[in-house]
Amino acid sequence: MTQLRDAAIVAGNRIPFARSGTAYARASNHDMLTAALDGLVARTGLAGATLGEVAGGAVLKHSRDFNLVREAVLASALADDTPAFDVQKACDTSLEAVLAVANKIRVGQVDVGIGCGVDTTSDAPMGLNDDLRHLLLAAQQANEPVDFVKLAGQLRPSLLKPDIPRNAEQATGLSMGEHQAITTAEWGVSREAQDQLALRSHQRLAAAWDDGFFDDLVTPFLGLDRDNNLRPDSTLEKLSTLKPVFGDRETGTMTAGNSTPLTDGAAAVLLATPDWAADHDLPVLARLVDAESAAVDYVHGHEGLLMAPVYAVPRLLARRGLTLQDFDLYEIHEAFASTVLATMAAWEDEEFCHDRLGLDAPLGSIDRDRLNVNGSSLATGHPFAATGARIVATAAKLLAERDDFEHGGRALVSICAAGGNGLVAILEK
Amino acid sequence: MSDLYSRVVNHEYGRKVADLLGLPTPAELRRHVPGEPPLTGPVLVGGDGDLSTPVVELLRTAGLDVHTEPADPEHTARYAALVFDATGMRDSTSLGGLHEFFHTMIRRLGGSGRIVVLGRAPEAIDDPAAHAAQRSLEGFVRAIGKELRAGGTANLVTVAPGADDGIAAPLRFLLSGRSAYVSGQRLPVVTSSTTTVADLDRPHAGRVAVVTGAARGIGESIARTLARDGATIVGVDLPSSGDALAGVVNDVGGTALQLDITADDAGERLVDHVRTRHGHLDVLVNNAGITRDKTIAGMDRRQWDMVLGVNLTAMESLDRAVLDADDVLGDTPRIVCLSSMNGIAGARGQTNYATSKAGVIGHVAAMADPLADRDGTINAVAPGFIETDMTEAMPMASRELGRRLNSLSQGGLPVDVAEAISFLAWPDADGVNGTTLRVCGQNLLGA
Ligand SMILES: NC(=O)c1ccc[n+]([C@@H]2O[C@H](COP(=O)([O-])OP(=O)(O)OC[C@H]3O[C@@H](n4cnc5c(N)ncnc54)[C@H](O)[C@@H]3O)[C@@H](O)[C@H]2O)c1
Repeated sequence: MTQLRDAAIVAGNRIPFARSGTAYARASNHDMLTAALDGLVARTGLAGATLGEVAGGAVLKHSRDFNLVREAVLASALADDTPAFDVQKACDTSLEAVLAVANKIRVGQVDVGIGCGVDTTSDAPMGLNDDLRHLLLAAQQANEPVDFVKLAGQLRPSLLKPDIPRNAEQATGLSMGEHQAITTAEWGVSREAQDQLALRSHQRLAAAWDDGFFDDLVTPFLGLDRDNNLRPDSTLEKLSTLKPVFGDRETGTMTAGNSTPLTDGAAAVLLATPDWAADHDLPVLARLVDAESAAVDYVHGHEGLLMAPVYAVPRLLARRGLTLQDFDLYEIHEAFASTVLATMAAWEDEEFCHDRLGLDAPLGSIDRDRLNVNGSSLATGHPFAATGARIVATAAKLLAERDDFEHGGRALVSICAAGGNGLVAILEK
Repeated sequence: MSDLYSRVVNHEYGRKVADLLGLPTPAELRRHVPGEPPLTGPVLVGGDGDLSTPVVELLRTAGLDVHTEPADPEHTARYAALVFDATGMRDSTSLGGLHEFFHTMIRRLGGSGRIVVLGRAPEAIDDPAAHAAQRSLEGFVRAIGKELRAGGTANLVTVAPGADDGIAAPLRFLLSGRSAYVSGQRLPVVTSSTTTVADLDRPHAGRVAVVTGAARGIGESIARTLARDGATIVGVDLPSSGDALAGVVNDVGGTALQLDITADDAGERLVDHVRTRHGHLDVLVNNAGITRDKTIAGMDRRQWDMVLGVNLTAMESLDRAVLDADDVLGDTPRIVCLSSMNGIAGARGQTNYATSKAGVIGHVAAMADPLADRDGTINAVAPGFIETDMTEAMPMASRELGRRLNSLSQGGLPVDVAEAISFLAWPDADGVNGTTLRVCGQNLLGA
């Protein structure tokens, strides 16, 4: 087999993220993804260029959006003969898309491509409920007037109740928040620690915006030029007054302040071989060197829904011959503040690491000053499929910005997902 | 941008009404269309001086139908342009030559006709009579510009001693549709030209042009025009205008740089972007500008500082940054800055703006030598009333007045400003340096 090539992260772009039902209330996935791609193309000077592949997706999709990414490419400033495909893996969607493109680059199938994702909970699809759908499908088969009359006789007001996508696990019927509430309680994650983490996420994101960190990572959209979920002036006092929304409504610790809100947005990452980047006068911000996915059995209560990355990381570390401390930056997706805290607690826990991860010693703790240094999903919000691309672009730029990293510039990206999935990746300068 | 008045009076009945009321009928101006000939008919070259012979040769080489004697009106009903060499006029009595030529020939000038008078720079002439005679030309051009109808323009090119072969580019610009909204102006040629352009339709081929404020308005038009003329564009605008900027840049080809030009490290970031992404920089257009109108008594310090900061201070530091980073400037660097008619005439409620825009005029004059040392030029363009979102938002009455107070009886278009900027940035426009060219349809204000 030939030598694997490097997959360089060259540039990233997203639109500002907007809380559901606000600035992008009337925008479709198609509009948002096209805008994110066009901003990326303008920044990198690739108008009219044919790329090897664009991979991406959305979690909440209309049936007409079966070819969402290809349609967005056609509407974008990229050449129309740029191929594209859709992927869908809940909150891991765009990290999986980035990985797909990176792998194609590494094995030599393409020289350049984009991994991207988009989601809207404002313009979410609404389905006919199953009973009405079956009725209408039957009506399509009916030939005789009498068949129609029979079918019409089955019409009931209840059939008009739409089938709205829910943020719930099919296997358990519990929402993601309810699942996480179980994990939060199991690990005894305190309310205060969660609020602290949320506050820090907002403060760090606000500082990054003020520093102009996002000047070349974000393109405005529909009049919005900053993430509108960001609360730069939030305080611990304000956060502490919020009522629990998941778990026990009295004793629970998870609030709207330390959980991600429903969010609309899109993000994209340009990847290429270092040669391609050099030929196009584009920088290599970082390289995507490896990734590992894992899943957990949350259905039978063996593990928390969002704990899969906890399992993926040690396998990835072992393959790379690294320890958990060999990183300069950690990007752990803040689905909920307690997800991050439970993840870190698990890695520190000797018994858990021994029994569940099969390790002789715990992975140990990570330096909090290296964790989500420019804020994460609690502050930006979390348009499911866009989050991975947002995180990869941010981490790559952070690595490119400095030359004095202890480990030469290495970042760990960890994203949990619905369905008990998780995907983690390593970026290096 | 809809100019209702123009549309109404150009309609048959509307025109009758306008004529009855003695209102001006704005003509549809001849503008540059790539691929079309620079002039729609023959040029008549008159006058007597050092430049007649080289000019005739220059125009013939450019493929124009050049007459040196008035043709029989039967054969040539209309001239597209009249070029008059007045460099030989050494005293006031010799000025009669102007009357002799234009008295009859002005009737034979066609629609959107061009008058270009060539003179000597009076400042460089010691002899009082000759100095006065050459200075007279400016008054003549300004007056005849007001007599022209049907979109005609009249301009004066003054040529410094030893700069005779610097006139090619200015002549090409002034005779073409690119100068549609430039009239009544003096354009000084201060040095000879050492550069030629291979493809006149793409004078900026292979060059990299930075345009600040490129997301909309005049800046957008500058980006599109420079790209049409062959340049690769680096579009700069505020991060908050990034979506519009991306649209423009993706349309014309080039890269978008979201940057507040007032940021401390703006120059550094611009140079870094240009260096890494394009290798070099040939043209810098300082177009980004803002207004914060208030009479001085009601204006707070912030409104003053903001306008001066964007329109003058940031521009100065960008220019310094590209000059200091000596590895990025191309062989024939060009800087073009946006001044404004209101920087010349002043405008009520615009002490901050007029101060900044007059400062621009001084900046380009003062920086001409440093640029010349680098084989470059720096000039400014002062637009008059230009049809943009900004002017569309003006109150109806002042907008209508603004539109009509000029010899062409209409507002200019952003492309008119862009064409002048593209010209000043041409590689062979190196004879023009340190000047401010008005693009105002010969507006009455400040003239
Ligand atoms: N419109 C006219 O009639 C007229 C007349 C005379 C002069 N001008 C001058 O022409 C220039 C363009 O005018 P316009 O009418 O197109 O204005 P405009 O407001 O439509 O566009 C100006 C652009 O500059 C950008 N900009 C503002 N501040 C910036 C900053 N700090 N950093 C980066 N970009 C910034 C804006 O975002 C905008 O895209 C200005 O310098 C203006 O003073 C205009």
